[in-house]
Amino acid sequence: MFKYLKQLTSLVAMVAVLFTFTTESMAAKKSKTLKNTQKKGFVRCGVSQGLPGFSNADAAGNWTGVDVDVCRAVAAAVLGDANKVKFTPLSAKERFTALTSGEIDILSRNTTWTLSRDADIGLTFVGVNFYDGQGFMVRKSSGITSTGQFKDGISACTNIGTTTELNMRDFFNSKGIKYEPVAFEKADEVVAAYDAGRCDTYTTDKSGLAAQRTKMKNPDEHIVLPETISKEPLGPVVRQGDAVWEDIVRWSLNTMIEAEEYGITSANADMMKTSDNPAIKRLVGAEGELGAAFGLDNDWSLRIIKQVGNYGESYKRNIADTGILPDRGPNQLWTKGGILYVPPAR
Amino acid sequence: MNLKLKDIVPQLITVIAVVLIFGFFTYNAQINMENRGIDFGYGFLSQESSFDVQFSLIEYDGSHSYFRAYLVGLLNTILVSVIGIIIATILGVIVGVARLSPNYLINKFAAFYVEFFRNIPLLLQIFFWYFAALRALPLPQDAEAIFGVFFLTIKGLYVPAFIWQNSHIFFYSIVAAIIAITVIRIHAKKVQENQGKQIPVFLISIGLIFILPLLSFLIGGVRLSFEVPVLKQLATTSFIYEGGVSLPPELIALTLSLSLYTATFIAECVRAGIQGVGKGQKEAAASIGLTPNQVLKLVIMPQALRIIIPPTTNQYLNLTKNSSLAAAIAYPDLVLVFAGTALMQTGKAIEIVSITMFTYLTLSISISILMNWYNKKIAIQEK
Repeated sequence: MFKYLKQLTSLVAMVAVLFTFTTESMAAKKSKTLKNTQKKGFVRCGVSQGLPGFSNADAAGNWTGVDVDVCRAVAAAVLGDANKVKFTPLSAKERFTALTSGEIDILSRNTTWTLSRDADIGLTFVGVNFYDGQGFMVRKSSGITSTGQFKDGISACTNIGTTTELNMRDFFNSKGIKYEPVAFEKADEVVAAYDAGRCDTYTTDKSGLAAQRTKMKNPDEHIVLPETISKEPLGPVVRQGDAVWEDIVRWSLNTMIEAEEYGITSANADMMKTSDNPAIKRLVGAEGELGAAFGLDNDWSLRIIKQVGNYGESYKRNIADTGILPDRGPNQLWTKGGILYVPPAR
Repeated sequence: MNLKLKDIVPQLITVIAVVLIFGFFTYNAQINMENRGIDFGYGFLSQESSFDVQFSLIEYDGSHSYFRAYLVGLLNTILVSVIGIIIATILGVIVGVARLSPNYLINKFAAFYVEFFRNIPLLLQIFFWYFAALRALPLPQDAEAIFGVFFLTIKGLYVPAFIWQNSHIFFYSIVAAIIAITVIRIHAKKVQENQGKQIPVFLISIGLIFILPLLSFLIGGVRLSFEVPVLKQLATTSFIYEGGVSLPPELIALTLSLSLYTATFIAECVRAGIQGVGKGQKEAAASIGLTPNQVLKLVIMPQALRIIIPPTTNQYLNLTKNSSLAAAIAYPDLVLVFAGTALMQTGKAIEIVSITMFTYLTLSISISILMNWYNKKIAIQEK
């Protein structure tokens, strides 16, 4: 009898171990990307070749920016350390190939979400971390204050392989203006050519214009025209076919935005564990089992908020305080007159 | 029997290995593309491209197809290659001969040019000519006219456009001149072979090529007028030139850097070729009374060319392939337009890269075939 009991206990223990093992790694088993990331010990993230405020490396090679912070948030959630990210700078032309070929696992590079990109080329957009629109920059001395003053023969510098090239054509065509497109592969060369006087105007997303303006020889000589000619929702992208990884990236971004909505910051996150609001408690991991769905522990979102901060902190640190776009415009919470609105984390 | 097997087996293994490797790559690509929901196909070529290109030799805008965009890029690549090859050849021959000059200054200057330009990476030279030299050029409104009609500005070189009347008559006059020159050359050769008399073919040729077209103006009713570029104001400080022909600075910078770079290698080929002809040949030719010009033309060059052509072919191929660096400075060549913008807009990476590779391969092989044909033509005719 005693002998049997002993055997039974070990059997139960074995089954229990097996069972917990299965539940814990179910998501990880389903997501090859998550498994590989945890094995490698770092998140592979594709960023721009240098766009202040979004993804930009300093002299020591430290990357900062709102796009960079999305990758850091994923690293904090998945690996427990926001610094465990390997950044790969990519040109507009290389970015999608790098992602679909598996060289990177997240593309967080001021990339516009469009139907054809989402549907056609093996990509999935997980959300929007910056609502943008295409605009034009001109020299102040030109006296141009509106796109209505553009005339036949105007030359426009821009990047190849972007929605910018297409919008530009639509815009000039609809106005019936003949223009000369001068398209470079790298943003730095676009800026250099425009700054040298090769082009009358420089066109890209307005956030990009504001950021690149800081790189000009004399930023005060240039203005961004008020007109916005397109919708450019920028957001992180993942490969198609890994739903768990897609969810992790989506909800890492959503966590940052929702944390701001509930007033949770990197400074007060720990104290929020004792909040009365169940929504807040869920976000800091004091209630519910939200992480389990991704195969993560329950503190994944708390780590994001503590290590990276909420969306507002990230925006202030990278875009507002650097003087790029002090006004948040549409990138304000829906509760404060903006259009940032994310589904609830529950 | 045994020997044959020994010969066949390694070759068979090599063939099987190559087929397997390619098969694996194809299979791998297929599986991966299927997993990621990427379709394979060339149907996109007929779709509307919806992007514009700065500079095109054929009529093109975004309402044309991707295939048309491919042609635009291809023609631009061919244009820059052909101009580059012509300039590089002329410059290369001059510098190559100059390196052998007994004149110390000419000799050393040529040597300095060769060593300087061939030892700096080409991409750097392209950047230099585009960004450094471009910055030094004046804005359109500040540009001084060259000969009153050319304007070299930061936005490009503006030259007068030719406006022809009865241009076909002018064209016929040139064709007639060429035919006349050919006939005279053949006749002169016969006269020299039969009677030993020399006819000044060169002078007559020059005369013909000028006089016949001139006659077409005087009595053929051909009229040529120029449309000189005129400054036009776009905004307070922004101007362009209208009318005439504008050459984009990207084309100028690219052609300049490609030809300056490649000319150094061609110069070395030319020098090697001339030095490769034995000294005795020159002395023997001189001793039978040929003039120095005749020595070069009739004795040295025909032999030197056999040494010069094969390595120069390589340089032509290099120049053509190097023109793909255009992407760095916004010259809309095949790589920028097709493997750049079109690839990005369609996402058809494998299709577009394969077409681009195949195109460069075809271009290179065409140049090779042409040069091999020329090489064979000038090779020693064994009698």
